[in-house]
Amino acid sequence: MSRVGFTRLVFLLFAVGLLELLCRLGVIPNFTMIPPSAMAQSLWKILASGTFTPDIITTLTHVGIAIAAAMIVGTALGTLLQSSPATRRVLDPLFATYYAVPMYAFYPLLIVIFGLGDLPQVAIGFLLAVMAVILNTLNGLDRVPPVLLKAARVHRLGPLKTALQVRLPYAAPYVFTGFKLAVAYSFIGVIGAEFITSSRGIGYEISFAYNNFDNGVMYAMILFILLLVITVNMSLHAWEKRLLARRRRA
Amino acid sequence: MKWKDPFILLAVLLIGWELLYLVVGDVALRSPVSTASSLGAMLGDARFMPHVRETALAFVQGFAIAVVVGLLIGVPLGAARFAGEVAEPILVALYSIPKVTLYPVILLVFGIGMPAKVAFGAIHGIVPIAMFAMNAVRNVNPTHLRTARVLRLSPINVSLKILLPAALPEIVTGIRVGFSLALIGTLLGEMFGSQRGLGHLLMQAMSLHNIERILALTLLLVAFAAGVNALLLALDRHLHRGLP
Repeated sequence: MSRVGFTRLVFLLFAVGLLELLCRLGVIPNFTMIPPSAMAQSLWKILASGTFTPDIITTLTHVGIAIAAAMIVGTALGTLLQSSPATRRVLDPLFATYYAVPMYAFYPLLIVIFGLGDLPQVAIGFLLAVMAVILNTLNGLDRVPPVLLKAARVHRLGPLKTALQVRLPYAAPYVFTGFKLAVAYSFIGVIGAEFITSSRGIGYEISFAYNNFDNGVMYAMILFILLLVITVNMSLHAWEKRLLARRRRA
Repeated sequence: MKWKDPFILLAVLLIGWELLYLVVGDVALRSPVSTASSLGAMLGDARFMPHVRETALAFVQGFAIAVVVGLLIGVPLGAARFAGEVAEPILVALYSIPKVTLYPVILLVFGIGMPAKVAFGAIHGIVPIAMFAMNAVRNVNPTHLRTARVLRLSPINVSLKILLPAALPEIVTGIRVGFSLALIGTLLGEMFGSQRGLGHLLMQAMSLHNIERILALTLLLVAFAAGVNALLLALDRHLHRGLP
């Protein structure tokens, strides 16, 4: 392990150990936070008993749908926009403002439009994620060297074939950055929406446990979400670094 | 026709809104005109202003804490390369977690009320500000720093004449991102753990199915966020002028 990685590990272990100690000594009362070891134990029991498996599956399905929709729609819209500079210029202020707008403010509106089912939660995840894919697709397509496009013209490829066989493959590492962000934003959107209104899902269960002062379940589920999201995001982060490094070498 | 573009966009958005209204009707939506007038009526209502003040107060405090703490974390990490490399993935991980899951923890620590909202706004804003500040300081051209050493500039002069001008544009970008996230955080905090403020009103309107109020509040929040973001973006682009 590298020196940097080792130091990071030591730092994280120290932080968790300190939290454990403060909780055990009662500096942080158990009513506020239970020790990390108790969280892990409670999480293990919950996962083994399968009580919350339906909620976990619900949340993951919603996140999955939001990610898939954002990937497909985002890449398609990005590719279309790139071929129409005028439209893109007009929409530019919208792109610049998109993430500044509190998306949850639209949540009541989405409930009114889509009803109280699962759709508004998926919609929030999708709306947060899709713009990241559009912006990164545009960024990648802007970098396609003109010589490749000329080669495509020489081979008489149509616009669709050029996009699928030349432009998007070239832009792939940048589109991947968009996908990575889409994963993070979908989790944030869906779980946030589950907190606001929902009758199932991990966010709902955390909220429910909080209202019932059930710290064991609450901290176990919080730990579960954090571990899951961090593992997924860090794997994608590492993969993205490899992709970009390969592109630089070529 | 560059100056016309924002107006075209605004017109497109308003027409889209009106069309959506014509499709889904009064059950789910109000027209732009009636939303604007109900927002006007709401702003004239004396009972409404305390909520605006409450949210503004919580947001300003949360944002201020986010800027100060973010810079205090980011600038030293940018200057110390090793510490920066150790911390970077941790910051990336913190940035990508759904911070809304931490709201029960915040409420248990701070209790329901102002401090919880401020804390919630602050934790949303700190990480992006720290990340941008770290990269800004890290990417200062080393030649400039060596030149400063040759010219025997004092540490204060190095900070004021080299580090600050070189890092400022990226720091401002970070503050712009942090601004939006701190606002989202504050509103989320109000939606869950508060009896006052715009987030609370939004939550209340939602449970009463008061579409008029939902739309008026959404319009107010979007207009505020978009307006401030436009100003910060202009400053951001002004500072980035001529940079690669």
